[in-house]
Amino acid sequence: MSENSAAAWQALTGRAGERAALLGAGGLPTRRVEAWHYTPLQSLNGIAWQEAPALDAATVKRRVEGLNLPEHDGLLVFANGRFCKELSHLPDCMDVQEYGDGSAVQPLLAGRFSAGLNAALRQPGARLHVPAGTDAGLIVMVSLTEGDGVSTHLHHSVTLDEGAQLTLLDVQLGTGQYLTNPQVDVHCADKAHLSHITQQAESHEAARLAIVGARVGERGNYDSFTLNQGGVLARQEVVTQLSGPFSNTNVNAIQLVDGARLNDLSSMIHHASPDCTSRQTVRSVLSENGQGVFQGKILVDRIAQKTDGYQMNQALLLSEKAQMNSKPELEIYADDVKCSHGATVGALDEDQLFYLRSRGVQEEQARDMLVQAFLLETVELVEHESLRDYLLKALPGHV
Amino acid sequence: MSDFLKIEGLKAQIDADGTPKEILKGLDLTIPKGEVHAIMGPNGSGKSTLSYVLAGREDYEVTGGSAHFKGQDLLELEPEERAALGVFLAFQSPVELPGVNNANFLRTAVNAVRKARGEEELDAVSFLKLAREETSRLSMSGEMLKRAVNVGFSGGEKKRNEVLQMRLLKPSLAILDETDSGLDIDALRIVAEGVNSLRGPDFSSLVITHHQRLLEYIVPDRVHVMAHGRIIHSGGPEVATLLEKQGYKQFLEAAA
Repeated sequence: MSENSAAAWQALTGRAGERAALLGAGGLPTRRVEAWHYTPLQSLNGIAWQEAPALDAATVKRRVEGLNLPEHDGLLVFANGRFCKELSHLPDCMDVQEYGDGSAVQPLLAGRFSAGLNAALRQPGARLHVPAGTDAGLIVMVSLTEGDGVSTHLHHSVTLDEGAQLTLLDVQLGTGQYLTNPQVDVHCADKAHLSHITQQAESHEAARLAIVGARVGERGNYDSFTLNQGGVLARQEVVTQLSGPFSNTNVNAIQLVDGARLNDLSSMIHHASPDCTSRQTVRSVLSENGQGVFQGKILVDRIAQKTDGYQMNQALLLSEKAQMNSKPELEIYADDVKCSHGATVGALDEDQLFYLRSRGVQEEQARDMLVQAFLLETVELVEHESLRDYLLKALPGHV
Repeated sequence: MSDFLKIEGLKAQIDADGTPKEILKGLDLTIPKGEVHAIMGPNGSGKSTLSYVLAGREDYEVTGGSAHFKGQDLLELEPEERAALGVFLAFQSPVELPGVNNANFLRTAVNAVRKARGEEELDAVSFLKLAREETSRLSMSGEMLKRAVNVGFSGGEKKRNEVLQMRLLKPSLAILDETDSGLDIDALRIVAEGVNSLRGPDFSSLVITHHQRLLEYIVPDRVHVMAHGRIIHSGGPEVATLLEKQGYKQFLEAAA
C-alpha cells in the first residue's frame, strides 16, 4: 500500500485531522476503482498538497477585471479558497446565509470521493438563497486559484425557494499546478428554476475534482451546462435527483481537451419521482494527446413512471492519439418509461473539410468552423442569450 | 497566354480497399482563356475524378503528368490556394454543413479569397447586400442565407447554392461536375444563366455532363469525349448532338 503513504495522502489526511475518516481509506482512487477507471488519480500522489495561501487583493482585482464577464446582477469572488468580500456584491433580493459547520457529506453524494475530500477539507464558500417567487437574475461566481502544490476545497450551497429563479455562471480559473475540489449543493424547491453554467478554465497544469449535488422539487428545474476546457486532469461530477413529480434536469456539457490533458464529465441523473424529464447532450473535442471521459448514468426508480430521459454523447477526435472513453449506463426499475441514449466518436468529415477548402477557406480555419459547428448546438441549449454569446467566445475559432 | 488550363498526360489513382485503382490514364486537355469546354463520357470514365484532382482533393494520388493553370503548377497547390487562383468546383453532390450558417460560410469564403487575391475584405453589411442581390438573381429565397449550409436544401436548392458561391467567388475557371443532374428545366435554366453571366474573356469553364440538355443552355466552344481515363475525341458543339443521337459506341470503337 505504498500509495497510502504517498505524499498527497499524508498531507491531505494530516490537514483533515479528525475529519480524515471522511476521505475513506485506501488513498486516492486508482484505476481499480470503477468510478475512476478512466480518470485515475495516481498522478496527484507525489505532491504534498498544502492549503493555498491568501492572494494579494490587488492581483485578484486585476484578474477579475480582465475577465470580460457578461452583464450581471451580482458577483461573488473567491481567491485561493477565500471569499473576497470587497470585490463581491449581490442583488437586494438575495441573502448570503451564515456558513454553518456543515462538515458532513451530503447524503446525495455519499460514497463519492470528490465529496468526501471536500467534506474533509471543506472551506466556506457561497451560501446563496433566493426567496420564494423571486427572480434573482444572473449571478457570476469567480473562483481564482494561483500557486503550486496547493489545494482549495470550497463548499457552496444554492437554495431556491418555491418558484424562485436564478442563473449562476460559475467561472473557475487560475495559474499553476494546484488542485481544486469545489462542491456545490443545490436545492431547487417546487417550481424553482436554476440555470447553472460552469466555465471550467483552470490552469492546464491543475487538477480538479469538482462535484455538484442537486435536488429538484415538484415542477422544479435544474438546468446545468459545463464548459470543461482546462486542467491537466479535471472531473466535473454532476449528481441530480428529481425528487418531485414533473421536475426536469438538463446535464449538458462541452469538453475541449488538447495537449496531454484529461477532462471528465461524470453524471448521475436519478429519477426518483414520476413524470420527470431529463436531457443530456455532451460533446467533446479532443486534439493532440487529449483524453475525454464521459460517464453518464440514468437511474429510474420503480415509482418513477412516465420518465422521459434522453442522453447523447458525441466526440470529435482531431488527432490519431486523442482518446475518448465513454460509459453510458441506464438502470431502470419502472416499466412505463421513455429513455434513449446514444454515443458517437469520429474524426472531422473529410468531405466537409474539402468543401470548405475548395471555397478558399484555409485548412486551419475550416477545421475551426467545423469544430465550432459541432459545438454550437450544445451551446444553444443554454437558455440565457448573453451567456450563449459569452460561451461562444470561449470556443476555438470564434469569429 | 492562350493556354489557360493545360493538362498533360495526367494519371491519378484512388485507394480501393487497399489496392490502388488507376482512374485517369494519361489525360490531355487544354482550355484556352475565355472558352467553355464540355466533357461528356459514360459512367466510370473518370470525369468526376478529373474535377476532384483539379480542385485538390487529397484522396486521389496523382502518379504522372501535369496540370498547369495560369502558368502555375496546379498540383502543387492546396485546395484553398487553387480557389484563390480562380479555380472553382461546383460539386455534383454538395455536402451539408450542420451548424455552419450559410451567410457566415459565404462571407468567410468570399473574404478568404479576396484576401488571398489582395482585395479588400467585405464587412458584414456590404456582404449581405451583395449576397441578397445574388440570391434574388438566382430566384433563391433570402431564407437560404440564414439556414445551415445545404442542410435540408432540396437538390435544386443545393445546386443554386453552388452557383451562388460561384457568382460570389468570381472564379476564372469554373468546373461544373454534373451540375445538371437532378435539376428540373427551370432550375437548369437558372444554373445555366448563372454560368453564362460569368462568360467573358477572363472566364473559362469545364462543364462535365452526361446529357446534351445542359449544353443547349451553356453552349460550349469545344466538346471532349472521355472514356477509360482519357480524352478520346474532341470537337465542336456538334459532338454533343452526335453523342445524344448515337451514343458513345462509335467513339469508343474508334479509340479502341
